[in-house]
Amino acid sequence: MIVRELELDLDAFEGPFDLLLTLVLKDELDLSEIDVAGIVVAFVERLAERERLDLDACGEFLVLVAALLELKARGLFPEEEAELAELEPEEAAEELARRLAEYRRMKEAAAWLADRLASEGDRYFRLGPAPLAPKPERRLADQDPAQLAEVIRLLAAEPPTPSLAHMALQFPPVTQFVERFRALLRRRSRIDFDQELAGLSRVEQAVAFLALLDLRRNGEIAIEQAAPFAPIRISRTDVERDNSWTVRSA
Amino acid sequence: MDRPLRLISTNPVDQLARTVEALLVVAAAPLAVEELAEATQDDPERIQTALSLLSDRYREGRSGIVLEKVAGGWAFRAAREAGEACGRLFEKPVQRGLSHAALETLAIVAYLGPCTRPDIARIRGVAADSAVAGLVERGLIAEAGRDDGAGGAIRYKTTPLFERVFGLESLSQLPRLDDLGGDVDTIRERLHEIAEKRPA
Repeated sequence: MIVRELELDLDAFEGPFDLLLTLVLKDELDLSEIDVAGIVVAFVERLAERERLDLDACGEFLVLVAALLELKARGLFPEEEAELAELEPEEAAEELARRLAEYRRMKEAAAWLADRLASEGDRYFRLGPAPLAPKPERRLADQDPAQLAEVIRLLAAEPPTPSLAHMALQFPPVTQFVERFRALLRRRSRIDFDQELAGLSRVEQAVAFLALLDLRRNGEIAIEQAAPFAPIRISRTDVERDNSWTVRSA
Repeated sequence: MDRPLRLISTNPVDQLARTVEALLVVAAAPLAVEELAEATQDDPERIQTALSLLSDRYREGRSGIVLEKVAGGWAFRAAREAGEACGRLFEKPVQRGLSHAALETLAIVAYLGPCTRPDIARIRGVAADSAVAGLVERGLIAEAGRDDGAGGAIRYKTTPLFERVFGLESLSQLPRLDDLGGDVDTIRERLHEIAEKRPA
């Protein structure tokens, strides 16, 4: 049986014994929170599971637990540590006895309270908030009706129409481009879309493209593009029709 | 002719007792004699007389409601014989029992309070944080200022509810600590006995 691997399940700690020791020595775990008796019980339980008494384990455990107890005892009187260290053994025993007596009295007092709670267990009474005292009146400051009216008038006024000036998206009418393309195509049978629109803003280009789609829908033009992102070529449908007719008839 | 007749028909203290009775039935916490005197605008001594009248009327075995002196005041509670029935319908203020840690902490606060968590930990030898938090939650102890000095720890004291639950008129009804357990001498003797028995 290896003492260091003793599994502990305490209120303040769960894990192997050596981890507990490590944490305590690193000051990461407050020893005053640790129930040392719980460790002893865990050890004894493990010991009882064995048929033979493991004296080596017992010895190791005693040394470790004694060290732990001493640490804990010292930790409980941190500010008086120096003071206690100066005491003669007999005085220290006196001090210890005094503290034990104090704790013992409190234990007895606790036992008395437990008895009392048991004997007074059938007490039923109405529970509620503390007796109601009249609440202090909240006095308002003197009010001026004219001032109130003024404030309400401010609230009642129609808010100004929000300005859209900062929103620069202004669309030129689609018809403008429709007319422009028609005019161009009257003069030439084919035009290059990108070329014609060079120098226009992004929004204008977008509207121009809409105009293009409009014309295509009306059957006025044909659109072709050799490959994605290649130049878009626009031609009059009558020209196109002539070509297709030529091809078909050939 | 009217005056003597009225004196015979209504005893003024009896009338006062009815008013006190009414105040006590409305109250959710014990009422002190001074509070009753203030509400009735009457003399504290006459209030005492009215209370003793009522105590006789509302006592165990005679009434389902019992008037008792508790937590520094007077309050109605259910008669003990009705406890079982009450338990079927209502929860007790301390329904679940108190743990050892809670009882020890409660005892320390009751006897030495107002005291801080470090005070309690020093006597019990283990941290008292969760026990204190539990007792505060149950309303048996409450904060009572802070220790002197900057960043002083919070002090705790028992509440009127504590006295009511344990049926105490006041904290002075707690038994004297000297009457409880062994005193320093007996413990010292025991320590010496153990030391002597130890093999050299």
